[in-house]
Amino acid sequence: MAKVEFETPKMREYPVIPIIHADAMAHSQPFVASSQHQESLGFPGQLVDNWKEVAIDKMGELLTKYRSLKVYLDSCVKCGACTDKCHYFQGTTDPKNMPVARQDLFRKVYRRHFTFAGKYFPRLVGAEDLTEQVLGDWYKYFHQCSQCRRCSVFCPYGIDTAEISMAAREIMDTIGKGQKYCNEIIGKVHKIGNNLGLPEPALADTLQGLEEDIKDDTGFDVRLPLDVKGADVLLVTPSADFFAEPHIDGLIGYAKVFHQAGISWTLSSYASEAANFGMFIGSYDQMKKIAERVRTAALELGVKRIIVGECGHAWRVAYSFWNTLAGPFDFLDPRYPSPQHIIEFTSDLIDSGGITLDKEANDNRIVTFHDSCNVARASRMGNLPGGQFELPRKVIKAACNHFVDMPADTIREKTYCCGGGGGLLTDDLLELRVKGALPRMEALKHVVDNNGVNNVAAICAICKSQYSKVLPYYGFPRDMIVSVHQLVSNAIVLGDKQ
Amino acid sequence: MSSIEVAGKSLETDEEGYLLNLAEWTEDAAKVLAAAENVNMTEAHWEVINFLREYYDEYQIAPAVRVLTKAIGKKLGPEKGNSKYLYELFPYGPAKQACKIAGLPKPTGCV
Repeated sequence: MAKVEFETPKMREYPVIPIIHADAMAHSQPFVASSQHQESLGFPGQLVDNWKEVAIDKMGELLTKYRSLKVYLDSCVKCGACTDKCHYFQGTTDPKNMPVARQDLFRKVYRRHFTFAGKYFPRLVGAEDLTEQVLGDWYKYFHQCSQCRRCSVFCPYGIDTAEISMAAREIMDTIGKGQKYCNEIIGKVHKIGNNLGLPEPALADTLQGLEEDIKDDTGFDVRLPLDVKGADVLLVTPSADFFAEPHIDGLIGYAKVFHQAGISWTLSSYASEAANFGMFIGSYDQMKKIAERVRTAALELGVKRIIVGECGHAWRVAYSFWNTLAGPFDFLDPRYPSPQHIIEFTSDLIDSGGITLDKEANDNRIVTFHDSCNVARASRMGNLPGGQFELPRKVIKAACNHFVDMPADTIREKTYCCGGGGGLLTDDLLELRVKGALPRMEALKHVVDNNGVNNVAAICAICKSQYSKVLPYYGFPRDMIVSVHQLVSNAIVLGDKQ
Repeated sequence: MSSIEVAGKSLETDEEGYLLNLAEWTEDAAKVLAAAENVNMTEAHWEVINFLREYYDEYQIAPAVRVLTKAIGKKLGPEKGNSKYLYELFPYGPAKQACKIAGLPKPTGCV
């Protein structure tokens, strides 16, 4: 682990388009999934003999199944609007990390096999066969895209680069060249119920320990219930919330909110994971299988509501896809959003007076907020346009006296990825993660220098872990990153209502 | 497949250097694993490693960082019961680096 050697990019005073360095990241690729990890998901154990044919067949299937993919491949006019919008391009200076160039690794093969001009005059239209070299580029560079979709915001045609990355990864899984990090994790969800591989007894022990901690801290018997039948709410949260820091402080925050609101809730050991890495590898089948665990748990526990904890892509999957993947959720109480985000839940309680927050508890902090890509660009919260931007800020401001936003072109729908999203949060991609964090770190530095910001709050497990890892590379303290519900946890007034 | 040499025996590891077979772990193996990580094993390191192995024996997973800091705080005093202390011992991060030296599988997921 300590062997990776690379230079952390220098933070620039004014972000400018970098000078390109061809193949600067041609050495970067994640570990390939072992046959065991591949086969447990129903993918071939290793690269199949006739991989070219299988890959082209799969591409054809995806083009029929997802019309959007065909539109995206056909409609690019090479205008260049996306080129400098990618954090990985800015941080690595590798021209293949320009979103258009990364897409073209896929597009040129599409043209060769699925367009008239590409079939008969390939060289005129930049069409190419899927060679070993091209497959190598696919594996490298489609694992240098965090599917954050910032480039799509700037594309005049609305081309969704993430869908192309997802399609490429799905094709690679189908021919036996999957990524270890994602596929090992998905296997654990099917077998144990969560990304960590945290079995029920360990989860129960962890939760009990947290109850003792809260009692020691506050004197209140705040519960973290597990597998309680008949509870009103099922909370589905990323398993990192049971394990890592600062995630676990957010979990304590959720528990205090439920406690103080007097609403019965439970976690599930069967659906002990909100994350759904099926999306990262572009596999509808894997996504569906993971999502169905939540439905099964909700039915077995007899809950009336499902609330999702602080996890970026999980909220995209829950908000945008659960209904078709595992729905209909018509057994839930129709008076509440289905599913509901923990931020929406806490926000409503702030409005109704169901909880009271003492902002002074966070007076030692000047806080900024990192919009997570999948929340910002692929979902919504509340009943107002842009609610996914407003509600987290509203909750933070209700819990803190001092809040400052980062520069406008780095937040909300233009937010920069933390550098670790989309299935890239793995040690074997550390160089990419550090370099890809550059634009976000520059924006953070701006508010640190000008406004004295000393905390950045996030609502995504990946963002929190990625920040913890990369902050020190840029000279910031590791514990600068906090959970939004950690701020709520500090500020919430427990006990009898006054 | 990669491997490490411990007392004349070859132990298999994965690509990242985690032992494949937990049962093959010995204190000598821990020293070899630690050396590869540039970690100099002291009494304080062993406290953490031993706790990790005990916890793993019972729960088949490494403890949450908070569970670990609490246990270390109880054993070595409250000033050491925090993640800053653990990061001093295991600079790459207590969860992953300490697990590797303890011969446990790598914690996976968004951690």
